[in-house]
Amino acid sequence: MLMIKKAFAAAFPKTLPILAGFSFLGFSYGVYMNVSGFSFVYPMLMSLTIFGGSLEFVAAAMLLGSFAPLQTFLMALLIQARHLFYGIAMLDRYKGTGLKKLYLIFGMCDESFSINYTADIPADTDRGWFMFAVMLLNHFYWVAGATLGGIAGSLITFNTEGLEFVMTAMFTVIFLEQWLKEKKHYTALVGVLSSAACLLIFGSESFMIPTMVCILCFITLLRKPVERSVGRK
Amino acid sequence: MTLLQRVITIGLCAAATMLTRFLPFLVFSSKKPLPKYIGYLGQALPAAIFGMLVVYCLKDVDILGGSHGIPELIGIALTAVLHLWKRNMLISIAGGTVAYMLLVQFVF
Repeated sequence: MLMIKKAFAAAFPKTLPILAGFSFLGFSYGVYMNVSGFSFVYPMLMSLTIFGGSLEFVAAAMLLGSFAPLQTFLMALLIQARHLFYGIAMLDRYKGTGLKKLYLIFGMCDESFSINYTADIPADTDRGWFMFAVMLLNHFYWVAGATLGGIAGSLITFNTEGLEFVMTAMFTVIFLEQWLKEKKHYTALVGVLSSAACLLIFGSESFMIPTMVCILCFITLLRKPVERSVGRK
Repeated sequence: MTLLQRVITIGLCAAATMLTRFLPFLVFSSKKPLPKYIGYLGQALPAAIFGMLVVYCLKDVDILGGSHGIPELIGIALTAVLHLWKRNMLISIAGGTVAYMLLVQFVF
């Protein structure tokens, strides 16, 4: 028990920046779901089970469209593909964490990964419980934010027209961050140009699957120059 | 969508997410490394995918009619400028969204 308490005490300060970010984004997500016509149960359960902000926003948009299971699954896979990398990075660090490992894998969102990957865990604190605490706290912030947003959405009295732009703004910021990180912008341009071209050709109802196929093809074809531009690790 | 279709849609999102999170632990170990191609995809995809998602958000914008996508353009430009200036995700998102709401409610 003392061990667990200690882990939470060590983890909590590290998660404070995430508390700020997740309350804001989670809350926005909940409000966005609510003004899109979903009860707070949706953002609550989706934030609990998916626990990945980008995909949850996209899932909301997909729930408003027509039923397209294949497109949904493929989009979800591509949006979340970066987690493959997190898992590989954590293979060794998760060793010996017992049953907690299941939750440590389940809850590996970007933010939990970056804390657990970089944090200096105090020597007297149990690694497994520390990482577990980071994840549980982050998960809690996100679900609480989304649920409260879902409830608050129905209490809002001002005109919410245009609030859905929060998703566009969020992806613009993430895209910009990716852009600034790269020296060459091959893959960023592949993403934007493939989707814009497919949107023009196939129309807004059915352009996503062709877009994803194009992106995978071009990224595969451009492998050499892309790897050269980032330098092999 | 019916309730069942909604449940399936959400379930597929959760399943795909879990696949990407659990796969490395099920298939690879430190002795048996990830195929280079999969590793490359994990590294190269994010920039492309977030570019795709920006376009996805704009898919229903009508450039030829309505407000011609001008509020969206201004909203995105403002979000980007705010972000380059302050480098604070919350300020950029909140600023861009509020500006867009004001534009579509009062200007266009």
